[in-house]
Amino acid sequence: MGEEKKATIKKIQATGQMRKIMADYFYELDAAAKDDSQKVAWCTSVGPAELLLSLGFRVYYPENHGAMLGATRMATNCIPAANAIGYSPDICSYLTSDVGAYLRKETPLTRAYEGIEGLPRPDVLVFNTNQCRDVQDWLSWYSRELQIPIIGISTHRNIGRITDKALESIVQQMEDLIPPLEKISGNKFDIDKLRDAVALSKRCSELWKKVLETNMASPAPMSFFDATIQMGPAVVLRGSETAIQYYELLLKELDERTANGVGAVEGEKFRLYWEGMPIWGKLRDMSEFFIRFNTAVIASTYCNSWIFESFDPADPMMSMARAYTEIFIVRDEDFKEKYIEDIVHRFKLDGILFHDAKTCPANSNNRYGMPERLEKKLNIPTLTLNGDLNDLRCYSEEQAKTNIEAFIEQLETK
Amino acid sequence: MDFFAGIDIGASTTKAIIINEKRQILGHSVNDSGSDFEASADQAFRKAREDSGCLDTDECTVVATGYGRRNVPYANNTRTEISCHAAGSFHHFPHAHTLIDIGGQDSKVIRIDDAGKRSSFKMNRKCAAGTGAFLEEIANRLKIELGKLDGLAEKAENSVQIGSYCTVFTGTEILAKIREGIDVADIIKGIFVSVIKRILEMDSMNGNIVMSGGVVAHNPYLVKMFEERLGRGIFVPPLPQLTGALGAALHSIEIRGGQNA
Repeated sequence: MGEEKKATIKKIQATGQMRKIMADYFYELDAAAKDDSQKVAWCTSVGPAELLLSLGFRVYYPENHGAMLGATRMATNCIPAANAIGYSPDICSYLTSDVGAYLRKETPLTRAYEGIEGLPRPDVLVFNTNQCRDVQDWLSWYSRELQIPIIGISTHRNIGRITDKALESIVQQMEDLIPPLEKISGNKFDIDKLRDAVALSKRCSELWKKVLETNMASPAPMSFFDATIQMGPAVVLRGSETAIQYYELLLKELDERTANGVGAVEGEKFRLYWEGMPIWGKLRDMSEFFIRFNTAVIASTYCNSWIFESFDPADPMMSMARAYTEIFIVRDEDFKEKYIEDIVHRFKLDGILFHDAKTCPANSNNRYGMPERLEKKLNIPTLTLNGDLNDLRCYSEEQAKTNIEAFIEQLETK
Repeated sequence: MDFFAGIDIGASTTKAIIINEKRQILGHSVNDSGSDFEASADQAFRKAREDSGCLDTDECTVVATGYGRRNVPYANNTRTEISCHAAGSFHHFPHAHTLIDIGGQDSKVIRIDDAGKRSSFKMNRKCAAGTGAFLEEIANRLKIELGKLDGLAEKAENSVQIGSYCTVFTGTEILAKIREGIDVADIIKGIFVSVIKRILEMDSMNGNIVMSGGVVAHNPYLVKMFEERLGRGIFVPPLPQLTGALGAALHSIEIRGGQNA
């Protein structure tokens, strides 16, 4: 091994349609903010989006923007601007990228979508701390800067068993959001509209799960790096028919790939799990690098985080509380370990890559001895890569690649 | 006669070794890597060939390793330094062990099983702490030749406590120690302790331990200090700095389908 061979990423045809629906989403948001035809809510990506949709808000997700700043590598220039106003380089680099971009009056939306001049101005900022505290601090910055009300939900974190009491407290907090949201939107809360939004999100979530599970096939039809792009609609368009139609299209294409024995990686030799955040500024580079070594990274915690199995239109509030609490990032170490173990078995994986993202402790699960425990339990090797989701100052290309290459050499001798 | 070469282009130095099919070392060489990896590889390879009597490069199968492994156009193959260090170490110590390699810009802890296969490896994070670069920086700060560190550490009666991970902050700490009038030898011994601590933080040290790398080659007293800390002996291969190059040469036998490959 070792010789540089050409790596070609196999294009997913449905991506063209995804780009169209994502463009429509951003243009509609932009129009709503400009002509005030609909109120705009900014919401954390694993937040109570369905509630906002049911009240007629257009919903914008700052984390999606953070990922775009990372993927375009604009983050590199933006993060220092936030550092300079007191936001530490050690905190969430989505936050620092996004606040820095605002300070520099830059956004990838302007580059990608002609006519969009900036972010859609919010009427309300809504958070859920289920992922971390940084999301609240992030939206709080905009609240102070733009003089916009901020409201949200504080979720119990690091939990094993989910208790009724914990869920009841989330439901109560969601109900408390309704009066201010009614006032801002000018619309009365309608439980049936919430049922509709939850039903649509549920369907989207089920399809997204099926999409990810196509990778149980060998060769796997889609890489983790493809999936981080393909998950866009599950993040920003759940609660809509558009997302459902998209994932039906994507699923069909991936099923065809599987039926024809087409893998994302030609000559798939090894199958790996990616634990942690993507390194957004290195997606293509990483994708090509693994292809060169016939290694498929095909399962991840990150992409699975937009599977919300508990949504239930019959009991929308409680099911939302459950769905947004039972996700991986909210859970304790034992749950997380068993979760990864289960995927390693089901997807027949040969090893696990842990991304230790410098600025994202909540998504860096190598830090409490999990790689060592899983190595022993599963008898497969693990590798920890030091890097970051957006801050490429924390990433050493040469060291990361040497580590990956050595890891694959180790798999070859196993 | 067939010759088998390993060239290890590291961040600080380039090492070359030539062996025969019987895995006997015929020649070796070390020079600075500098800024032209291809030229430094050529220089090391030529010198090692001269030592070994390999006059024609066509007689030689070459595997390149190290950061500059892609800069050797005539290499028949490349392998990472992690694989090569493991192979080189197992050649000398053919039983399960943990290899600690302290190189110019990285440190590695590699676990090798009884069959010579790697079961895990760890490299230092993006930081010079616990590497040769750390020692170079401190030597430079104190205006002491790198080659004299070992002798000074051995002479020390005490060892200063160094608190920081960071090479630059350690420099500042040292300035304070100098102001306090502490003997330079005691400072150097403290610096060696700091390197050892960084390594011990990387992984647990079970079973037999082997140490290799340039820092080990030039600082035998550091190995002695490490042994004292572990409370047991440490194995060091005969040419510790050339362990990676030797591993690469052994791989070149494999790719040629040589003896016992």
